[in-house]
Amino acid sequence: MSIKRMFFVGLLICMLAAACAPAPAPAPAAPAEKPAAAEPTKAPEPAKPTEPAAAAPAEKPAAEAKTIKIAVIMPSATTDLAFSQSMYSALKAIQTEMGGEKAMELKYTENMFNVPDAAAAIRDYASQGFDIVIAHGSQYGASVQEIAPDFPDTTFAWGTDVNTFGLKNVYAYTAAAEEGGYINGVMAAMLTKSKKIGVTGPIEVGDAKTYIDGFSQGVASVDPKIEISKTWTGSFSDVALMTEAAKTHIAAGADALTGSSQSVVGSIGAAKEKGGVLWFGTQADQASLAPELVVASQVYDWTGMLKEIIAKRAEGKLGGDKYVLQLKNDGLKIAFNPDYKLPDDVKAAAQKAIDGIKDGSIKVEP
Amino acid sequence: MNQVFTLGAIVGILTSAIRLATPYLYAGIGEAFAQSSGVVNLGVDGIMLISAFSAFYVVLNTGNLWLGLLTAILVGLVMGLLMSLISVTLKAEQGISGIGLHMFGLGLSSLLFNVLVGTVKTITGFPSIKIPLLGDIPIVGEIFFNHSILVYGAFLLVPVAWWILDKTSWGLRIKSVGQNPAAADSLGVSVDRTRYISVCIGAMLAGVAGASLSISLLDLFQDNLTAGMGFIAVALVYFGGWKPLGIMGGALLFSTVNAFQLWMQVLGVNIPSDVAVMLPYLLTIAALAVTVNRARQPAALNKPFERGES
Amino acid sequence: MPSNDAAPKGRAARSSSIDWRTVVVNIAIPLAGMLIALTIGAILLVFLNVNPFDAYAVLMGGAFGSWTGLAQALVKATPLLLVGLGICIAFRASVINIGGEGQIIAGALMAAWWPLQFRSWPGWLLISTTLIMGFLAGSIWGFIPGLLKARLKVNEILSTVMMNSIAAQLMNLLIRGPLIDPAGVAAGTYLAQSERLPANAWLPRLVPQTLLNAGAIVAVILAVVVYIFLWRTTIGYRIRAVGLNPDASRYAGINVPFYQALSLTLAGGFAGLAGVVEVLGVQHRLLEGITGGYGFTGIVAALFGGLHPLGAIPASILFGGLLVGADKMQRAVQVPSSLITAILGLVVLFVVGSSIWSKRWAARRKIEAVKESEAAG
Repeated sequence: MSIKRMFFVGLLICMLAAACAPAPAPAPAAPAEKPAAAEPTKAPEPAKPTEPAAAAPAEKPAAEAKTIKIAVIMPSATTDLAFSQSMYSALKAIQTEMGGEKAMELKYTENMFNVPDAAAAIRDYASQGFDIVIAHGSQYGASVQEIAPDFPDTTFAWGTDVNTFGLKNVYAYTAAAEEGGYINGVMAAMLTKSKKIGVTGPIEVGDAKTYIDGFSQGVASVDPKIEISKTWTGSFSDVALMTEAAKTHIAAGADALTGSSQSVVGSIGAAKEKGGVLWFGTQADQASLAPELVVASQVYDWTGMLKEIIAKRAEGKLGGDKYVLQLKNDGLKIAFNPDYKLPDDVKAAAQKAIDGIKDGSIKVEP
Repeated sequence: MNQVFTLGAIVGILTSAIRLATPYLYAGIGEAFAQSSGVVNLGVDGIMLISAFSAFYVVLNTGNLWLGLLTAILVGLVMGLLMSLISVTLKAEQGISGIGLHMFGLGLSSLLFNVLVGTVKTITGFPSIKIPLLGDIPIVGEIFFNHSILVYGAFLLVPVAWWILDKTSWGLRIKSVGQNPAAADSLGVSVDRTRYISVCIGAMLAGVAGASLSISLLDLFQDNLTAGMGFIAVALVYFGGWKPLGIMGGALLFSTVNAFQLWMQVLGVNIPSDVAVMLPYLLTIAALAVTVNRARQPAALNKPFERGES
Repeated sequence: MPSNDAAPKGRAARSSSIDWRTVVVNIAIPLAGMLIALTIGAILLVFLNVNPFDAYAVLMGGAFGSWTGLAQALVKATPLLLVGLGICIAFRASVINIGGEGQIIAGALMAAWWPLQFRSWPGWLLISTTLIMGFLAGSIWGFIPGLLKARLKVNEILSTVMMNSIAAQLMNLLIRGPLIDPAGVAAGTYLAQSERLPANAWLPRLVPQTLLNAGAIVAVILAVVVYIFLWRTTIGYRIRAVGLNPDASRYAGINVPFYQALSLTLAGGFAGLAGVVEVLGVQHRLLEGITGGYGFTGIVAALFGGLHPLGAIPASILFGGLLVGADKMQRAVQVPSSLITAILGLVVLFVVGSSIWSKRWAARRKIEAVKESEAAG
């Protein structure tokens, strides 16, 4: 009997779909002036098409000088204290600097680990007339490549990668995470007493790999005899295993730790519980989690790049360039934790390494 | 490879294993209660998440760890009542309601975290307590008797749960409802009430499992903190053949191998990290495959009970 | 929209007369369940200072209010349906397959590798062989738990949960090793993605400016195939017999463990196909997070479809639509995506919970029908 019932549930769905789908086709003559949300729909019935712009090509707002509309699509939450948060904070900071919501409209979509969802979001924002659509995840590349040509008046920015696909309205960006890794490595090598350093990583790919490779080079530049042991948890989100990995490093004698991904908050917790173990952060400033043991964090500062994209767009250049966040262009910053008393010689060595990377005398391989 | 078997490493591995096993023990034994009464609750992970957040949030604001634990248990109870309402009273397909419960817990915990806390913060959780005398025994003391109270609790739960399920009339009633609800019903046992209680016990223990993560082992909360632990806990119930002791065996095996692979990585044993991470999953399957004696599952597992149907 | 029509026609052809009262009841009751869930969700929305009516208008209109929305819903429905078809086979044999996620990965890995080895092949050959190879890869991932269950009585819930994690690590291993995109290595970014597949391996897109691809048609055809397989072939009959009553089947001489293992193998194959379609039709390469949770949502879709291959079609479309609408809602009213996950969870709970009234209604109608026929006779 239950099969029959389920069939009727199915029928209902078909009817729902049938009722809605052929409903008044979006009139191409009336391009959306406002996003779908602004449609005052009183009843929850699905009869009303809420996405009139979808079928119509992008309609560039005539008066662009007033408010710039920026949308961002991110793979994790805006609160991850890592990759997504670094971008969201940068956009928020620019918004405040430009004068709030009136000067810059900002919309975001988070937790888009599923690429088709992200593709839908990118297309949706573009067709709603957003000026700049930021696809903040390397997995969104193919989607940007497909969608960007349909919206020649919209600027797309995506990262982390360096490929603009030869399109005139696409910017690409990435972060040379190995550079800050090197600096952190130099400091860690000078501060470790046990001569053992632990690295807790998620999966050996992307900036988790390049950061840690840079870190290892930094350590080796000070003292190649220092033992660096690395653990990978095989997941970007498994906080429990990451914590245990950090505890294992500590139990094995490591007194300085670093690591990448949003799950390293667990490693920091483990170091804090043990005490006397130092932490080196990356992606975002992690000092707030444990002010007494975070020495410094490599911070991705997207504001400079974003401002440049906004400025270039205002001049009429919609895309085509690529950006690499580096120490040299202030895209990467080393945020020294003011609550941690860093010895002067270590700070001087770090500064020397920063200058060396900036002027090219120190080369860090990704 | 040799250095993995030094004394220090072995102590480290076993200490880690005891810690890692804790959430699986609470959640797994809880699930054993629910399943013994005939209800598969696939929503354990969701309950763990929402309870982990509740405990964390209470501790963050009041600093009172016991109040946090109590909140986690109460939240677990509410989730258990919801699961029972759908699966027992309304006799819904348990597989779907469990997945629905998981989605609800996952979503709500992230939502509340996002709205009420906003970013990752740490708290001071239950401290490690060295048990007098026992904790001073070399090696053994370090491995077993220097943990937080929730870790001890998880291992104390094993004999308690065994005693309840196997030695009390109440436990036998739970099992009879899971084996043959119609017969139990004809003997005057209320099938629905027994299942409600069992599912709720399971959910409250899942709540403790969540709290053991957020206010004892990790001392923080983050989106999807459990990363699928609840599903592993359900799997371990099958490993343990619905017996608390068996579940403990499974949880310890799984976490010992997990601790072992972390040590292998730390000591630089030359195998790909991904293969190392795979090991606990592989060995858990293998261990079950080679052990011969296998318990039969409760006959009425996953079957809603309706009076008048056989 | 072939998928929308297939189910009603297929059923209606065989049922001589439709009991319209039952139809209304069976539509009204799940709707009522959904309304309760949405009401609770509305409270959460108010708590977040969002007008629930606006939000829900977007949720419903997102997928079913425009052609592109509908196309997006079908993109999500495709893997749900493919996973769901496998679930239909497995659950019909009383085998619980939680391993969809791992099986999807197995198929996707094959789809990311195979076309690169034979890039020069013509598209039809490349695509069809990839589909077959992906099916095989997925079925291996289902066969292992199947064999363990048949030979060593290892519970399939345990083994499939574990196999999910093993597949995820296998993918990590391959995607940072042999399968890694050489362009990422050259650029020094080392991204977790495989090389982009040659265009002749792509499944054709059906609607311009959307990701809807020929995989949707493949899925619907396979739904009919699975229906015929389960209800019109001896093997299918035996699989269902094993699920309905294993003891009776054993006495009837059916090799119960064999058919359970077979059903798990086939279930893996269909989930593997879902992985292939994601790679060939949507992503054109293998990426971290390829499964999209379809391995679990597919179970819900199949169960909502009454474990019937044709019922799974509308159920997958409904779920795909809800997921698309939920994303739209996140964008339109700027609520955290987690709120939508929570509301979807409630919808699942209350719709499945409401089924008891449909069942009771059906039971009553049965009694009435018997009485009527008695009176007539």
